Amino acid sequence: MTPTLHAARLGLSRGWIEFKHSLTNPPNLGGILAGTAVLVVVLYFQRDAKLPGTGLSLASASLPGTLALMVPLNGLLGMVGSLALEREDGTLLRAKALPQGMVGYLVGRVTMHSMSTLSALVVMLVAGLFFVPGLLGIGPGKWLALASFALLGLLSALPLGAIIGSLVGSPQGAGALSMIAIGGLTAISGIFYPITALAGWLQGLAHVFPLYWLGLGMRSALLPDSAAAAEIGGSWRPVETTLVLLAWAVAGLVSAPPILRRVARRESGSLMEARRHQAMQRLT
Amino acid sequence: MDAVRELAGGLDPGQTAAAIEVDGLHMAYGHKEVLRGVGFTVAPGEVIALLGPNGAGKTTTIEILEGFRVPSSGSVRVLGTVPARGDERWRARLGVVLQSWRDHGRWRVRQLLHHLSRYYEPYAVPGRRPFDIGELIEAVGLGEHADHRINRLSGGQRRRLDVAIGIVGRPEVLFLDEPTAGFDPQARRDFHDLAHRLSDLDETTILLTTHDLDEAEKLADRILILAGGRIVADGSADRLSREVSRDAQVRWSRGGEQFVHATQDATGFVRELFAQHGTEIADLEVRRATLEDTYMAIVRQEEA
Repeated sequence: MTPTLHAARLGLSRGWIEFKHSLTNPPNLGGILAGTAVLVVVLYFQRDAKLPGTGLSLASASLPGTLALMVPLNGLLGMVGSLALEREDGTLLRAKALPQGMVGYLVGRVTMHSMSTLSALVVMLVAGLFFVPGLLGIGPGKWLALASFALLGLLSALPLGAIIGSLVGSPQGAGALSMIAIGGLTAISGIFYPITALAGWLQGLAHVFPLYWLGLGMRSALLPDSAAAAEIGGSWRPVETTLVLLAWAVAGLVSAPPILRRVARRESGSLMEARRHQAMQRLT
Repeated sequence: MDAVRELAGGLDPGQTAAAIEVDGLHMAYGHKEVLRGVGFTVAPGEVIALLGPNGAGKTTTIEILEGFRVPSSGSVRVLGTVPARGDERWRARLGVVLQSWRDHGRWRVRQLLHHLSRYYEPYAVPGRRPFDIGELIEAVGLGEHADHRINRLSGGQRRRLDVAIGIVGRPEVLFLDEPTAGFDPQARRDFHDLAHRLSDLDETTILLTTHDLDEAEKLADRILILAGGRIVADGSADRLSREVSRDAQVRWSRGGEQFVHATQDATGFVRELFAQHGTEIADLEVRRATLEDTYMAIVRQEEA
């Protein structure tokens, strides 16, 4: 086995260990559960309401958007937070001091955040089984589509999170920036209301980013085919969805390692010491 | 001629005699020159203490050697390799002790050391395998805390863990930036024993920075003093003090009264003293310049 593969395997075990740590950490687990619980409660209240003009329940209409949004909210934000924090606390520097340590670190982080995002999605889907009529009966093909889009969405979000987290100076800045970006994209990407209600140029802008496509993919998997009539062009556009998400994933996966290496190259004990000092001052 | 010599020196870069070679090292941050022509050589197995006032560039020097910083100019080789271009195989032969504060807080001591040690597995050579984790934990005195979470360790215990992480791959060259800052006396002594063991048993080359002159004297074969961006002194503690001052201080008391006298010829002076006063002399003490005196003298001279 090559040393790089060896380090990637260590990264997998690292990700698994850290995923277990996050499960046994009450504040951390509580945060994730509370976030998901809010979404589940929303679903609960929507269970009997009908979307005006259609036979669709409000809960089934909002579930796909909720699932799509959970990918950046859990995956991307988690990754941003990890990178920003671990750049400051020396985890990244430790990785750099090890042979092939950056590979192990990156694989570990992708593994850990994939696992926690996927578990949040599963919790949400289990809740959906209770409140969304007909979810159980969508058939294996649709479940497969759901899983593939979720995975593609993760692959597009996680490297992006790593890049934002390593490029933005302070952890707070990185978190705030990503939150604003996700909020803005949610507003224009047709996540909770049809994108066709927006001005043309906003629609065009939304098409550039993965969130619109992830939402579309989730709707194509979870809504009846007749609902495609409400989409642009009256179609789920599965090929375009796959291609755009894939393009984002490839671009992110290709550009994240060199960016991370460059950021890591700039890291040193003395810089870390200076930031530790700053962080201490923020605390007091 | 030059080309021939260079070729001869470059034939087998892995086998150069010195563990660390630094020549004409310059480092500037913007217009501020931190290092202005630093040069020194460290032989394999040697223990070197790098001393100097705050801001003298000790950390910068060590970070350049670790490959974490690229120097402005000058030639640097660690184990025959230019650090900035060192590959992972080279990296595996180094140990770096970092000052950590909260990374890997949820990991347990043994779990983290085990995980980190596995990165060295593909690079292990016969006779220089990574440390056994149990032994390593005992060696740094964390035996009772092996299964504790790292964020539950005290500052001193964390620092011991940092040292353990630095040596887990059984490095040939070990860099320590202020390894004992925040240690209590017992932890300090334990660390000194460990450093002696590493250099004696494993032939580990050690470069450490410290502000503790006593520590430098105890641990180091040789002391380098960095001031004003240059190495201003290079030698054993003993040699340095002789270079700076041949004076020794003689203290004694006679008839309940204390006396102090500085002289180059302490033995002659004391002989004279006894010849004059015989049994009246009490509390005799002859003291050479300490490393601290020497250090202060050298740094003051440099800053003047």
